[in-house]
Amino acid sequence: MEMSATQLSELRRPDAVASRPILLSIDKVGFSVPAGNGKLTILEDLSLEVREGEFVSIIGGSGCGKTTLLRLIGGLNLPTSGTITFDGAVVDRPSRKRAVVFQDYTKALLPWRTVVGNIKLALDSGTTPADTHAATIDRLLQQVGLSDAADRFPRQLSGGMQQRLQIARCLALEPKMLLMDEPFGALDAITRQNLQDEVSRLAKQTGMTVIFITHDIEEATYLGDRVVAMESRPGRISAVLDINLPWPRDQLTTREDERFLRYRHELFKYLPRAH
Amino acid sequence: MRALILPCSVIALWEVVGRSQVVQSDQMSRPSEIAVAGLAALSDGSMLSATGQTITTALVGLLIGSAIGISLGAWFGLSAVAGRLSQISVEVFRPVPSVALIPIAMLAFGFGYGMGISIVAFACMWPALIITQAAVREVPGELMEVARVLELGWASRLFNIVLPDAVPNLFTAMRLAAGISLIVAVTVEITANPMGLGYALVVAQQTLHPDTMFAYLIWIGLLGWLLNAGLLQAQSRLFGRWSIAA
Repeated sequence: MEMSATQLSELRRPDAVASRPILLSIDKVGFSVPAGNGKLTILEDLSLEVREGEFVSIIGGSGCGKTTLLRLIGGLNLPTSGTITFDGAVVDRPSRKRAVVFQDYTKALLPWRTVVGNIKLALDSGTTPADTHAATIDRLLQQVGLSDAADRFPRQLSGGMQQRLQIARCLALEPKMLLMDEPFGALDAITRQNLQDEVSRLAKQTGMTVIFITHDIEEATYLGDRVVAMESRPGRISAVLDINLPWPRDQLTTREDERFLRYRHELFKYLPRAH
Repeated sequence: MRALILPCSVIALWEVVGRSQVVQSDQMSRPSEIAVAGLAALSDGSMLSATGQTITTALVGLLIGSAIGISLGAWFGLSAVAGRLSQISVEVFRPVPSVALIPIAMLAFGFGYGMGISIVAFACMWPALIITQAAVREVPGELMEVARVLELGWASRLFNIVLPDAVPNLFTAMRLAAGISLIVAVTVEITANPMGLGYALVVAQQTLHPDTMFAYLIWIGLLGWLLNAGLLQAQSRLFGRWSIAA
């Protein structure tokens, strides 16, 4: 059951997302690093626009530059050509408005601080009044389901709980955009599904824009308003697919939805396969 | 207990040989005489006040030296530019034997605490500086990126990320420096500064009191051992958990 791009675009939702203002604009961005005598091009001529409140999944095989793209959006690295504009300003450094959930949560948490201490780091460095912090921490812990682990140290938490803590620390920044780099890649299937639903719910609750990197087509489709497929060497966008599936999504019914299967089928073509 | 057999035998032999009049020497003393002289020095307060002076010199010097070493080490480690610019200076000044500074310190401070403390501080600064600089460079890149995303200022970065990560290593630096501080403090007293345990040692020697001299020597050894054992104990208690997490 092959579908053409036109048929798929008929599934487009003419809903609110399309009319919202553009938050992030990636314009002809390239990124290369010196290698030997020449240079190695990691990203080439990549353009993408993301609207406020949108959940964009980016998929691609290993080494296609999807993590690099996320780092450029985060301002952790700067593009070697083209520009990235966020909220009306050129991205030239990291910002609290674009919180990054790092892939390796074991290295992104402060091992000498408790769960509360790790969240406090994000609040203390911000501008919110200190007397509101205790209440904010309580609310965040509740949101990510860590209320019972408040005084534990990261090494005393399971992988899923550590990743929840990292997400809570990012939410404490009250970012406009959440950048997630294969955040559930190292987790078991059940934890993973739970976290997918929690992130999905949090994103819709807060109206936060999310860029979600994954190499899992189903995860990308399940979470995204839109899925961007990337190809390798050099990394660039090979397809952009609007995902017209109702919110909130459900691990059973959404994944059984005929449209879900069609999106999966379509996206499968863009991922590298062993020859 | 078996470990005590050898030293006890040596002491017993020493006592027997001393009493047998086989060896005649004004420089030697029998263990029993040393014990008596040691107790006398302890009871008249002279040993304790000398100990106070030496420990004060060593500790204050250690604190000042470590503080300067840790600050400079953190700076050189965090800023690539500062690290490069300081490299030559560190390599030139570090090998200068701290006791070679005695004449300068004497001119600058005269006799007294200032002279001893400044030389101890110079000696203690280097291990603190080198170890801190290395520890700061080893802070995981992920944590530094978290700091960037949180937009932490340099002070917050230093006190919330870099130093806590480096603390176990800093403590090792302090422990090394503590051993050095006692050695240097006593050396300065022996060679130049008329105070503390080192000076008492020299006075005992020059007034032909080998028993008192040996008593001071043993006392200094005991202090050094206690200092290191105490710090080791503190380290394992404070950072036993820490190193698992790191």
